[in-house]
Amino acid sequence: MRKLKEGIIEKTLLTSALITIAVTIGIVSVLAFETVRFFKEVSIIDFFTDTQWTPLFTDKHYGILPLLSGTFLTSAIAISVALPIGLSISIYLSEYAPKNFRKTVKPMLELLAAIPTVVYGFFALIVVTPFLQGIFPSLSGFNSLSAGLVMGIMIIPFISSISEDALHAIPKELREASYGMGATKLQTAFKVVVPAASSGIIVSIILAISRAIGETMIVAVAAGQQPRLTLDPTVPIETITAYIVQVSLGDVQHGSIEYRTIFAAGITLFAFTFILNTISYSIRKKYRSAYE
Amino acid sequence: MSKIRINRWKDQLFKIWGITCTLIGLILLVVFIGDILIDGIMRIDWGFITNLPSRKPEKAGIYTALMGSLWVLGLTTVIAFPTGVAAAIYLEEYAKKGRFSAVLEINISNLAGVPSIIYGLLGLEIFVRVLGLGASVLAGSLTLSLLILPIIIVATRESIKAVPNTIRDASYALGASKWQTIWNQILPASSGGILTGVILSLSRAVGETAPLIVVGALAYVPFAPGNPLDEFSVLPIQIFNWISRPQHGFIENAAAAIIILLLVTFMMNGVAVYYRNKWQKRWK
Repeated sequence: MRKLKEGIIEKTLLTSALITIAVTIGIVSVLAFETVRFFKEVSIIDFFTDTQWTPLFTDKHYGILPLLSGTFLTSAIAISVALPIGLSISIYLSEYAPKNFRKTVKPMLELLAAIPTVVYGFFALIVVTPFLQGIFPSLSGFNSLSAGLVMGIMIIPFISSISEDALHAIPKELREASYGMGATKLQTAFKVVVPAASSGIIVSIILAISRAIGETMIVAVAAGQQPRLTLDPTVPIETITAYIVQVSLGDVQHGSIEYRTIFAAGITLFAFTFILNTISYSIRKKYRSAYE
Repeated sequence: MSKIRINRWKDQLFKIWGITCTLIGLILLVVFIGDILIDGIMRIDWGFITNLPSRKPEKAGIYTALMGSLWVLGLTTVIAFPTGVAAAIYLEEYAKKGRFSAVLEINISNLAGVPSIIYGLLGLEIFVRVLGLGASVLAGSLTLSLLILPIIIVATRESIKAVPNTIRDASYALGASKWQTIWNQILPASSGGILTGVILSLSRAVGETAPLIVVGALAYVPFAPGNPLDEFSVLPIQIFNWISRPQHGFIENAAAAIIILLLVTFMMNGVAVYYRNKWQKRWK
């Protein structure tokens, strides 16, 4: 009797664990299914080479490049803000800051990541864009610059927290050996601690990039809805994610080609984040517990 | 001698730079919350919370969106909490090390990195269309449950791992079965950590906008949902809708609704941190 009960419980728990596999299979098959049907109507060559994305207009073009350039542009701006600031914070907190300061500041910075992204969108559109327009009068009301900057602020804690964990895990002996040779804290940080923690730092950066390209609400609110192949940060653009939101808000018929475009766009986004996640997972696996 | 001085000088310079970066982060947080408070605090009154949506900004309230958010929060908890904890128990206590558990692990780590909007596409096709749930609270909650499942699993595994093996051995020595050990010893011992993870993941679910827009949650819903199959809106979508309108009154409304949303998010984070601190002391 007891054995039977234990067996049933184990099977129930196993089922829950298998749900996670079902989710992955679900995501891949849903995206693939609709994308295959999309490519029955649109040539795959056009999809990758056409420089216009206008599925919602009468003159329809299905080139993903403008959406990709928009995604790339906002993410690049975000990373160029978050990377130097996030890394400096992590090195400062781990190598210089007093213990108590570190203990209070780290959770406060992590609050930045807990704020819902639609709130950052508000901030980008209502505060940052008007402020930047005061400096660059030619800046459009919707642009990738303020969306990217604000996204950068949002992902600072992804880089600072995970990198700081990695730096903090480096044993004291390494630092003391370096100090013993007469090195300053700065020299020790950059020549000893950061190289030793490099795998953790790289993981944090990859996660931040993956987060930036999948970020939706900031760009949907502040970057505009005009897909265009440009690297100019002052004009309205559209990212993959913002396009999916735009179509979802409209009245698009299920089964129409417009409906399928969001899955084709979605699978492109999924492919990028999947590659990034896989790289970061293998780095984590390979270098885990090097110093434990 | 001068080289040493230059190095010391560089060291001090970096220290100042590090403090500046850290403070930039914190100052932005303050500016940000301060600005939203200035924009919205005057707009919050009882009517704002109890009024239905309206085309006139001064009459509009967040009642239906707030109720929608509470419904989503409740259903997501009911779905994701037991499933996530059960999956974590299996992985930590039952699964044998091997190819199968390695696949499960890689898979969960990958799911945690899938952008939330992709979960929206999954929910749209599977829950809304195939299962025919429509753009209902239930479809939205199922979608968000899948989204936060990896977070709950990872947090639960961490806290189960932290329970010392001596506890397991003592329980087995007294003749307890595997499940009795898990239910009576391991879960109570790791409950603080599990709760922290669950609350943090739920606070993320409350702030999610994109997957619910894709699933078809509406910006304008005249009534609060009465059952799981009703259509719904949530606070973040209401905010998004108000931000996209030109009239200044709606911007003020958006700021006011953001204050309420942040209050909920920060409170949940506060409770989570409280449990984490309380729990961390136990095994040290």
